[in-house]
Amino acid sequence: MAIFLDENSKIIVQGMTGSEGMKHTGRMLKGGSNIVGGVNPRKAGETVEVEGKTLPIFGTVAEAMAATGANVSVAFVPPAFSKAAAVEAIDAEIPLLVVITEGIPVHDSASFWAYNVSKGAKTRIIGPNCPGIISPGKSNAGITPSDITGFGPIGLVSKSGTLTYQMMYELRDIGMSTAIGIGGDPVIGTTHIDALAAFQADPETKAIVLIGEIGGDSEEKAAAYIKDNVTKPVVAYVAGFTAPEGKTMGHAGAIVSGSAGTAQAKKEAFEAVGVKVGKTPSETAALMREVIASL
Amino acid sequence: MDLFEYQARDIFEKHGVPVLQGLTADTPEEAEAAAAKIGGTVVVKAQVKAGGRGKAGGVKVVHNPQQAKEAAEAILRLVIKDLPVKRVMIAEGAKIAREFYFSVLLDRSNRTFLSLCSVEGGMDIEQLAEERPEALAKVAVDAVTGIDLNKALAIAKAGGFDEATAAKVAPVLVKLYEVFVKEDATLVEVNPLVETEDGRILALDGKVTLDDNAEFRHTDREEMERDALDPLEAKAKAWDLNYVKLDGEVGIIGNGAGLVMSTLDVVAYAGEKHGGVRPANFLDIGGGASAEVMANGLDVILGDKQVKSVFVNVFGGITACDAVANGIVGALEKLGSAATKPLVVRLDGNNVAVGRRILAEANHPLVTVVATMDEAADKAAELANR
Repeated sequence: MAIFLDENSKIIVQGMTGSEGMKHTGRMLKGGSNIVGGVNPRKAGETVEVEGKTLPIFGTVAEAMAATGANVSVAFVPPAFSKAAAVEAIDAEIPLLVVITEGIPVHDSASFWAYNVSKGAKTRIIGPNCPGIISPGKSNAGITPSDITGFGPIGLVSKSGTLTYQMMYELRDIGMSTAIGIGGDPVIGTTHIDALAAFQADPETKAIVLIGEIGGDSEEKAAAYIKDNVTKPVVAYVAGFTAPEGKTMGHAGAIVSGSAGTAQAKKEAFEAVGVKVGKTPSETAALMREVIASL
Repeated sequence: MDLFEYQARDIFEKHGVPVLQGLTADTPEEAEAAAAKIGGTVVVKAQVKAGGRGKAGGVKVVHNPQQAKEAAEAILRLVIKDLPVKRVMIAEGAKIAREFYFSVLLDRSNRTFLSLCSVEGGMDIEQLAEERPEALAKVAVDAVTGIDLNKALAIAKAGGFDEATAAKVAPVLVKLYEVFVKEDATLVEVNPLVETEDGRILALDGKVTLDDNAEFRHTDREEMERDALDPLEAKAKAWDLNYVKLDGEVGIIGNGAGLVMSTLDVVAYAGEKHGGVRPANFLDIGGGASAEVMANGLDVILGDKQVKSVFVNVFGGITACDAVANGIVGALEKLGSAATKPLVVRLDGNNVAVGRRILAEANHPLVTVVATMDEAADKAAELANR
């Protein structure tokens, strides 16, 4: 099982022939992901050698899917070309598109998201500005290190990449069903709620860690969703209590605007629905340990 | 990036939104000349990014160049909400019959755009939204189909405009949406949008926020006036470091925005036990933690006189901890006697054993290696409180 990504995932990489694309294709292959090809219109028909594997390069996502049966695309495409890459993947109706790229203009992400919705949302988009998704022992689509932790009963959803790694590391002896980094941009394709719904439905996931940060209201909405729909135990962590108003803290979406999007409000929203919130990542991991021990 | 009013006016004009003449002035003499050029009654307006300019005395209606000079002299001495007024805009006067409100913005929560519109403009829009929410229409705007003339008419009617006025206002709303899209804005607000006594529709005061991620396709903005940066922020920016100055005592370096934000919180939390010390900054050195990046980061942080200790918090995901450790050792070598504050280092993840060994072998007197993030934060706070 796991969510969104498993041992049956066949992955193509958009922008594979670029330096980031090559580096992470190698890492994903090493981690056991089934990568079946790459996409680059200027290098269609060529092949590349990565980690001892010969991978074909296709001109379009649709061609790659037809030839390989790919059902996941990971995009390492520079910001200026990310919208076109996403639209191409959406047109090809690939079931899962992971957009790693940081720095995509929000008009572009809002526009390819709206386009996806107008086409019936046949493509699940994760990101942009995210580490991707890993189902340890099954597959890894993105830049998360494959060897932090193995398979286990915890589902993890996080806005932040390094906090995803940190939490996987803290709970490495227990392991994860799936860890998904949804991204730090203002408009993202998969929200906390989407991940919560999938973890709730996944029999391999017994408990959920949710990591949020300042900006937007994804955490507040997640809290309301948990109250009505999630029966599995959830613990949460929120970053950004010390962030000043009006300053972007690294992630384009991490900004407190006026009184909106504060860490305090998010923490209170979780606590109001009985979700425990750790003061530090380690304390959050300790809360999850208690949950796992009590299962 | 938020724009000054005059920049918003200029952008509106560029896209064919009807605006009045507006000229900037940095001195009373320039204001006098601008008023003479425009002629007649003009408004002298403080250019600061803060609300409540009128109440603070930052907006004055004057009737001749001499008065404009005097008004500018007074306004250029003002400090409005901690912001010193350095520039004024001299705007052509207008006889206003009615004031309206319109904005279009990114609606993160719904992953789409949203327009707000009301036939009752001019006042504080948040106040209107609170007191009479029915008077402020909120209409979702699809990012693909946008605002065309029909959509603009629907928005105006939802905002309470009569048929005839809606027909006059709608083309202006279409132009404002063009500003929103073509300039990669996350907010375009006009308050007030006015109808003059002679029946013209004009955007009288605008607020525009631009998406920093889209700068690469707006190379024409190089000359644009930017907010004055804190000197340390300016230095960090020149080195391409993602740095935000705060006002505490513990300097912070980490990798990844989320982890760095978390580090600030954990330090503030630890500081409660150590005399209330707080984080001094946000600094994300990202994936590559080379000696150069680390040295630059440390250089910026040690330039902050308030800093008493530094906490380097790295989780080696893609970055290997040995590279980070070498970065720290190299940075300290590079900085030499300029490195004066104790460094608490916490490394975990990829190649951590080698990384810790490198730091142990270097045995630098300023460096303390601590195993966990919470303990390291505690140590850094303790050192900052000595």
